[in-house]
Amino acid sequence: MPVPDTVRIPGTDPAVGTDPAVGTDTVISVRHLRKAYGPKVAVRDVSFEVARGEIFGILGPNGAGKTTTVETLVGLRGADGGTVRVLGHDPQTDPEPVRLQVGVQLQESSLPAKITVVEALRLYAAFYPDPADPEELLRVLGLDDRRDTAYDNLSGGQKQRLSIALALVGNPAIAVLDELTTGLDPQARRDTWRLIEQVRDRGVTILLVTHFMDEAERLCDRLVVIDEGSVIATGSPAELTRDPQGRRTFRMRLPDDSDVTRVGLETLPDVDEVRDVDGEVEVSGSARVLPAAILALAEHHIIPDEVRTVTRSLEDVFVDLVARDTEESA
Amino acid sequence: MTAAVATTPRTGSRAFRALLRSETRLFLRDTGNVVFVLGFPMILLIGMGFAIPGMRDAITDAPEPWYGLRPIDLFAPIMVCVAVATAGLSSLPAMLAGYRERGVLRRLSTTPMRPQSVLLAQLVVQAGAVLVGAVLALVAGALVFGIPGPVQPLLTAALVVPAVAAIFGIGLLIGGLAPKATTASGLGMLVYFPMLFFAGLWTPGPLMPDAVEAVARFTPLGAASQAMTDAWLVGDGMPWLQLAVMVTWAAVLSTVAARTFRWS
Repeated sequence: MPVPDTVRIPGTDPAVGTDPAVGTDTVISVRHLRKAYGPKVAVRDVSFEVARGEIFGILGPNGAGKTTTVETLVGLRGADGGTVRVLGHDPQTDPEPVRLQVGVQLQESSLPAKITVVEALRLYAAFYPDPADPEELLRVLGLDDRRDTAYDNLSGGQKQRLSIALALVGNPAIAVLDELTTGLDPQARRDTWRLIEQVRDRGVTILLVTHFMDEAERLCDRLVVIDEGSVIATGSPAELTRDPQGRRTFRMRLPDDSDVTRVGLETLPDVDEVRDVDGEVEVSGSARVLPAAILALAEHHIIPDEVRTVTRSLEDVFVDLVARDTEESA
Repeated sequence: MTAAVATTPRTGSRAFRALLRSETRLFLRDTGNVVFVLGFPMILLIGMGFAIPGMRDAITDAPEPWYGLRPIDLFAPIMVCVAVATAGLSSLPAMLAGYRERGVLRRLSTTPMRPQSVLLAQLVVQAGAVLVGAVLALVAGALVFGIPGPVQPLLTAALVVPAVAAIFGIGLLIGGLAPKATTASGLGMLVYFPMLFFAGLWTPGPLMPDAVEAVARFTPLGAASQAMTDAWLVGDGMPWLQLAVMVTWAAVLSTVAARTFRWS
């Protein structure tokens, strides 16, 4: 099956143009970022832009270079090549404004074992000139009844919520959240998602790093897919899941006594493929495949019991893209 | 950004005070720290005074300045060294390595607070712990055994500074390199007991063989112990050689520690 070229929103290709100045609505700009650890290239060529107020996702399999990209953005690592601008500042040469205005929740970062929730929030609040009210954050994040609990005695979900609270306590313009829901149970994940949306509604731009497709599909306004250190797709979840060739697929369940072979569905000009999938007939073809097939069946007096369209999920896209990327580099 | 820049000094000192308070609270919340760092010198002194025979009998078989003193009296300056070593070699390295192991330092480096400040706050807290631990031991020694105070109190107190600097240099080096808190603890203990040996914990004053004493003079805590014993019991002025030894150790160790400290 043909897979799309890198999907881009027209006019927003971040790699186009040489002027390093960014628009007023662009809060993060990454161009041709490259980072290697010795002979191992972690980030080969990553470019994207994040607009103010959006939830932007960086999606990719484990080891794709997501965390390295984020670490470069927040100034924890220097880049080997390319430019990175956060709110117009280079995180390496001009880190202070980045540290002040970017709240970070990192993988594998934690707090002293015996610090309590409220102590941690008050401590971090003291680092910023204009912090949020720790009491309000405790309420918003549902940590009020855990305020005097030591960090090591919190559950995984509570630790994550505290980590989000700490990322927000400085009243940042941007919150960077790395693998936020890894290790959480389904209910805690859903609660966390709701929380992220609430945070965005407060006007905070969110950079979300994840390897969960459903998370990216549910939360992100736009995202980049990274694999083996390179961007392989950019766009909104809807743009990425739309089949670029305009191919449609649907499945139907037919009455037991119907003989579909005499209809000759595969001979129709709008139909590319007819398959039997778990007792259902799956038909793929052009944008007109559904009415064409139903009409042909009706002419042979076959009325399907059930028809449903098959939409590609971000997961399908992701698997396609990563599989193709792996083939090409092999 | 001008507003943020203008408020940075104010935020900076407020932030450091908050960090210092937090580090102090966390230090005191750790039972091991409280018992070992603050209490151990006192417990050790009292325990030895009662448990070891002859500790409270005057020495009659050694020349001046030892003649007429009781063995327990010789332990007062050594207990100050025990306090320095316990904080600097048992608590400090484990705390620092633990902070790196847990990602505390990494997390901090994404905030306006620099992770170096946590280091500084830890050093301040541990130095405070040395003072509390030493004072508790000395006060207990004076109350329980009537151990006399130092002949040169100011010099004795001043000598604590280079002693702390030299020993904390070892602690920083270990804490900066050990990948885990448990490794740092182990390495700290590996240094702790030889240091206490050279400080004369097992062979105080005249009991230390001359050859050992000559070696001890060039170790950080041995030099500290000899210098403080001089200032405490004899009071014949600045022990220059021992001071130079401590300052050299402090300078070398802190330089190496600063170069090799791993933040993440």
